Amino acid sequence: MRAFIVLLQKEFIQIGRNVFLSRLIVAFPVLVMLIMPLTMTMDVRNVNVAVADADRSPVSNRMISHMEASERITLAGQCGSFAEAMKLLEDGAADIIVEIPSGFERGLAKGERHKISITANAVNAIKGSMGVQYLMQSISSALEEIREGDGTASVSDLVSVQNRFNPTLNYRHYMIPALMIMLFILICGFLPSLSIVGEKESGTIEQINVTPVSRRAFTLSKLIPYWFIGLFVLSIAMLVARLVYGLAPAGSIGAVYLGALLFILTISGFSLTVANFSDTMQQTVFVMFFFIMIFILMSGLLTPVDSMPQWAQTFTLVLPPRYFVDILRSVYLKGASVCELWTSYAALGGFALLFNILAALTYRKQA
Amino acid sequence: MKDTVISVHELTKRFGRFTAVDRISFEVKRGEIFGFLGANGAGKTTAMRMLCGLSYPTSGRGTVAGFDIRSEGERIKRHIGYMSQRFSLYNELTVFENMNFFAGIYGLSRQETARRAGELLERLDFASERNTLVGALPLGWKQKLSFVIASIHRPEVVFLDEPTGGVDPLTRRQFWEMIYEEADKGTTIFVTTHYMDEAEYCSRVSIMVDGRIKALDTPEELKKGFKAGSMDEVFGMLARQARRGE
Repeated sequence: MRAFIVLLQKEFIQIGRNVFLSRLIVAFPVLVMLIMPLTMTMDVRNVNVAVADADRSPVSNRMISHMEASERITLAGQCGSFAEAMKLLEDGAADIIVEIPSGFERGLAKGERHKISITANAVNAIKGSMGVQYLMQSISSALEEIREGDGTASVSDLVSVQNRFNPTLNYRHYMIPALMIMLFILICGFLPSLSIVGEKESGTIEQINVTPVSRRAFTLSKLIPYWFIGLFVLSIAMLVARLVYGLAPAGSIGAVYLGALLFILTISGFSLTVANFSDTMQQTVFVMFFFIMIFILMSGLLTPVDSMPQWAQTFTLVLPPRYFVDILRSVYLKGASVCELWTSYAALGGFALLFNILAALTYRKQA
Repeated sequence: MKDTVISVHELTKRFGRFTAVDRISFEVKRGEIFGFLGANGAGKTTAMRMLCGLSYPTSGRGTVAGFDIRSEGERIKRHIGYMSQRFSLYNELTVFENMNFFAGIYGLSRQETARRAGELLERLDFASERNTLVGALPLGWKQKLSFVIASIHRPEVVFLDEPTGGVDPLTRRQFWEMIYEEADKGTTIFVTTHYMDEAEYCSRVSIMVDGRIKALDTPEELKKGFKAGSMDEVFGMLARQARRGE
């Protein structure tokens, strides 16, 4: 027991005396939580629209002024012809072209179908499709206003849309839990393995290996400090999310911490296992990067797992962050409870156990 | 009480096709200062690592402090101290914190640790450096500190791997005085070295060439047997036979 206490003491002293590391542990989460949510946005604003109005009627004017009034649409120019508008699109001055055919107003009155055509630059697929959607909304509400009083039910009366759990469709609220997870992966994933490999490089691990200290005690002493650090990082991140973005978990804070506790154990255990198989810092960092890349891109952090191909979806089952992404988003945005998410918690618990047993087993005192 | 503390029979370590240690056999008695000599790459460190339970032998057997080196490595570790070639105390811990750490690892209680640390600081004349970060100490001091920490838990055998490498002559003298003091208390010292004047200080000396022990006796007998004036000459004669490069 005393051996374990001195091991733990030593870890904390080492981290505390490492000025750079201790500052990083505080500054990193604050900076990431302050800056990243502002930049990692998929909200599409400022869609530039070029209008080729061949109709030049009160109706088309009405539609154009409606577009101008929309806060998400910027009029890039009114062109005499489609070709002229296309030029704007090619130059990058416009994202979308709206072409109103001549005789549109007359056709509307007679019940003929003259189609408005919308041409979007879909290089940025999201901007393209969102822009088209904004335009459709703008055009249809403009037309509704014009038709008002003629008795037909308008589109918005027939369909009502409600966005549950993230009512303002704020992409930030979707990304903040993901950022927290990335913080864990970076801090609790990298630091334990760097600490072990650091001891290998400086030769101190050999001095430990020649003592009767147990593998379990040594592994735990490398794990527990990062548990505390991880929970500290989580607290800072949650505080910033609450104070700056007004986002508090809809579910219980306990559910967030329980998930984090299990996830940190998992990722740190994984990190220690990697360290046991590497001899140098370069090796560790490279291997960790490889896995972290997979974790970040395939765990549903940035893109939903549901839209991946089936084989990839099956593969995500063996990625521990996937379960934590599920837990954190559900608790934060939907207010889900531990009971509802028990399968994810159990999976994380299983991974935590697996990686830490593996870390203790692969640590060799005698080669 | 001249009992055997280390006993090795036909000990061998191979790395792939390279035989680092080739069927060596010897015995070390309690309280001896056993000099383990050899050129760079002769296999000294590899042999020592097997004795300390850091490395498994490929074949052969041996016991240290009564425990088998193959199957009871962890039990051996309770009874030995080890000072490696590379300085391996924690630079970011103070002198006392390092002592406290290693004492604690070997299970010394708080009170025992405090008493033992006080004693060792006194002996090193180090009391004023108690709270100095180890990283800030000069090399000679670091080496002396490593030695007392390797013996902080009063082990039966202390293994020293080139303990005086890169150290000035005066510090080397002091270092050997400390080794003598420790041996007088009945601790067995197993030491590798490059310095032939140091070999003269040992009770018995073995000389390894290309993974094999070529000579093993007291310095006097060796000099007599090789008709040499100093250990340096003895070593020169044997080392010249080496076929392995540095």
